[in-house]
Amino acid sequence: MHPALQGLLTIVIGVGGCVGYFYFSNVLLDRVIFPARGRDMGRNINRANMVRPWLFLFPAIFALGLYLAYPVAETLRLSLTDRAAGGAFVGLANYQQMMAEPKFWEALRNNFMWLLIVPAAATGFGLLAAQLTDRIRWGNLAKSLIFMPMAISFVGAGVIWKLVYEQRPVDVEQIGVLNAIYLALGGAEPQTWMTIPLWNSIFLMVVLVWIQTGFAMVILSAALRGIPEETVEAAIIDGAGPFQIFFKIKVPQIMGTIMVVWTTITLVVLKVFDIVFAMTNGQWETQVLANYMFDKLFSANDWGVGSASAMIIMLLVTPILAWNVYNARKEMR
Amino acid sequence: MAELKLTKVGKTYGGSVEVLKDIDLDIKTGELIVFVGPSGCGKSTLLRMIAGLEKITGGTLEIDGMVVNDVPPAQRGIAMVFQTYALYPHMTVYDNMSFALKIAKKSREEIDEAVRKAAKILQLEEYLDRLPKALSGGQRQRVAIGRSIVRDPKVYLFDEPLSNLDAALRVATRIEIAQLKESMPDSTMIYVTHDQVEAMTLASRIVVLADKGIAQVGSPLDLYERPENEFVAQFIGSPAMNLIPGEIVGTGAQTTIKLDREGVAMSNVATTEADVGLKVNAGVRPEDLVEATGESYLYDGKVALLEALGEVTVLYFEPEHGRDPVIGKLPGIHDDLRGREVRLTADPAKVHVFHQGQSLLYR
Ligand SMILES: Nc1ncnc2c1ncn2[C@@H]1O[C@H](COP(=O)(O)OP(=O)(O)OP(=O)(O)O)[C@@H](O)[C@H]1O
Ligand SMILES: [Mg+2]
Repeated sequence: MHPALQGLLTIVIGVGGCVGYFYFSNVLLDRVIFPARGRDMGRNINRANMVRPWLFLFPAIFALGLYLAYPVAETLRLSLTDRAAGGAFVGLANYQQMMAEPKFWEALRNNFMWLLIVPAAATGFGLLAAQLTDRIRWGNLAKSLIFMPMAISFVGAGVIWKLVYEQRPVDVEQIGVLNAIYLALGGAEPQTWMTIPLWNSIFLMVVLVWIQTGFAMVILSAALRGIPEETVEAAIIDGAGPFQIFFKIKVPQIMGTIMVVWTTITLVVLKVFDIVFAMTNGQWETQVLANYMFDKLFSANDWGVGSASAMIIMLLVTPILAWNVYNARKEMR
Repeated sequence: MAELKLTKVGKTYGGSVEVLKDIDLDIKTGELIVFVGPSGCGKSTLLRMIAGLEKITGGTLEIDGMVVNDVPPAQRGIAMVFQTYALYPHMTVYDNMSFALKIAKKSREEIDEAVRKAAKILQLEEYLDRLPKALSGGQRQRVAIGRSIVRDPKVYLFDEPLSNLDAALRVATRIEIAQLKESMPDSTMIYVTHDQVEAMTLASRIVVLADKGIAQVGSPLDLYERPENEFVAQFIGSPAMNLIPGEIVGTGAQTTIKLDREGVAMSNVATTEADVGLKVNAGVRPEDLVEATGESYLYDGKVALLEALGEVTVLYFEPEHGRDPVIGKLPGIHDDLRGREVRLTADPAKVHVFHQGQSLLYR
């Protein structure tokens, strides 16, 4: 069968299955299990209404359980066993081994740096873009352009930026934009950007900032539009200049949304993998936790340490996730 | 101390939508000017042009003799109170009121003094540390007023400041604004409203806007007693003035109008010989109609609907096709008139005469 047809069929079966499940399970509940007739009519209706939410929640709970809860438990179990010893329980040995590896600490340190820089930069640029594009006539075009990277996969973005950072010998024409600019500005010879420690991490971060700025911009732009125009006019009459209006009137009013955007990007950052994997694979001191985990799991085939690092990532993500949800809920009220 | 002078002020949106044109208006120091007019006639637009929030596209605006068309709002010496309060939601009442002074880099003591003084006048002292969301509508509006007071502006601008308040609070706040004005005799205020009572009670002069321009400017009673045109006649006063078509048959110091549907109206508006035969509308306010005792009457009709309010009785007569029904408002209780044929007349001093929409009083 043609793959496209196959895809279509999958969609039809999937969507149809969902609709069918909700419809028929509902019918079953109302007609057969607790029919709304006979002696216990009133009681049956009440019972059906009590069961219904669980009936409808069941597929989601089931899927979450299967694909989220089970893997967490299994990962925890694996992190306490040793593959070489045939899966024997080894306590915290894997964690100890991991802690002893400099590569792990490098990954942790780098992740921390990503955490500080990327959410701040993406939110900041997004806010700037949202404010600036709101006022100009071709603002919507600018917005689409800034938002576009969101549509590109992280790996795709990694490949694109790898080309930007590409370097050729000095006597050959540079195909990497960064080196071309560097030479044009008087640089002596082309640099292999991906191998300069610290800078290479920052160059990787640029990719994620490039992607996430669009997301931040879209959300913050909506928030900015939600600010009552009168408060801005009142500030104008009060004598506030454009900067004061932005920082003292507008930003404080959308602080909640800024926090939500910030933490959301933080979550993405903690899980960052594809970009590093595609561009440096953690060499030259650019390792991050997710890529470290991948290395251990699939390159070194060491499920113990791999799972242990996965648990560490989860440990770091959870509080931020909780805070993110808390903020988002506060915003909705 | 502030005088405003508007000369041929106009507003056109996007080069084609003309909202206001040729507005001429002189406002003296200490006046409280009220803009009224039907919805969408440009009251807010005019106010916002004075504030500087909207660009003036024609004519000039002078404040104290200086053309301010291109002066930014903060330097015009104005303060504005918005219908939606427009408080800064993330700042406490104190910070809301002190924001302008902080921007103006006033000293901390100066700011504190101004804010405490305004808070005292407006009875907001207890609420200075609260956020706007923890205040009632009336308190919020007082904060908004306080925010303008602390700046000690030359001109206060109010855009329907009371319309978000409930009826009782509206009356209370209206009285507060009147007292505020009393306590600051030198400040000039411009006030936009939909509410006739607000306009009549607060204004030293009312500006009626209609049809892109000013229909009439005058003291509240001027507008009530001597409207220049049918629009103002019907806009001021509630229920609106009755306009009954007829023809002038007798002239002189008193004018006699033979009405198209029987009845004769006598008016103290003077006319000349040349006016005989002129098609006019006799204008009589519902409250000026009284039951006719003698032979002559002005209006005769059957009561279609009667509203007994106790204090007054409002009579709605059967409408003639295509016209608004004539309305009478008799003092006291007249429950017995329901469905009856009633003859009414009016004091000639209270009868207005309009020809082609314009009052003959102002020829
Ligand atoms: N940006 C704009 N572009 C075009 N027309 C506008 C614009 N803003 C306002 N108008 C028009 O200007 C007219 C006057 O508006 P304005 O808000 O001043 O009315 P208003 O008298 O204050 O009405 P209301 O009593 O309902 O507040 C309206 O007919 C409105 O449609
Ligand atoms: Mg308005």
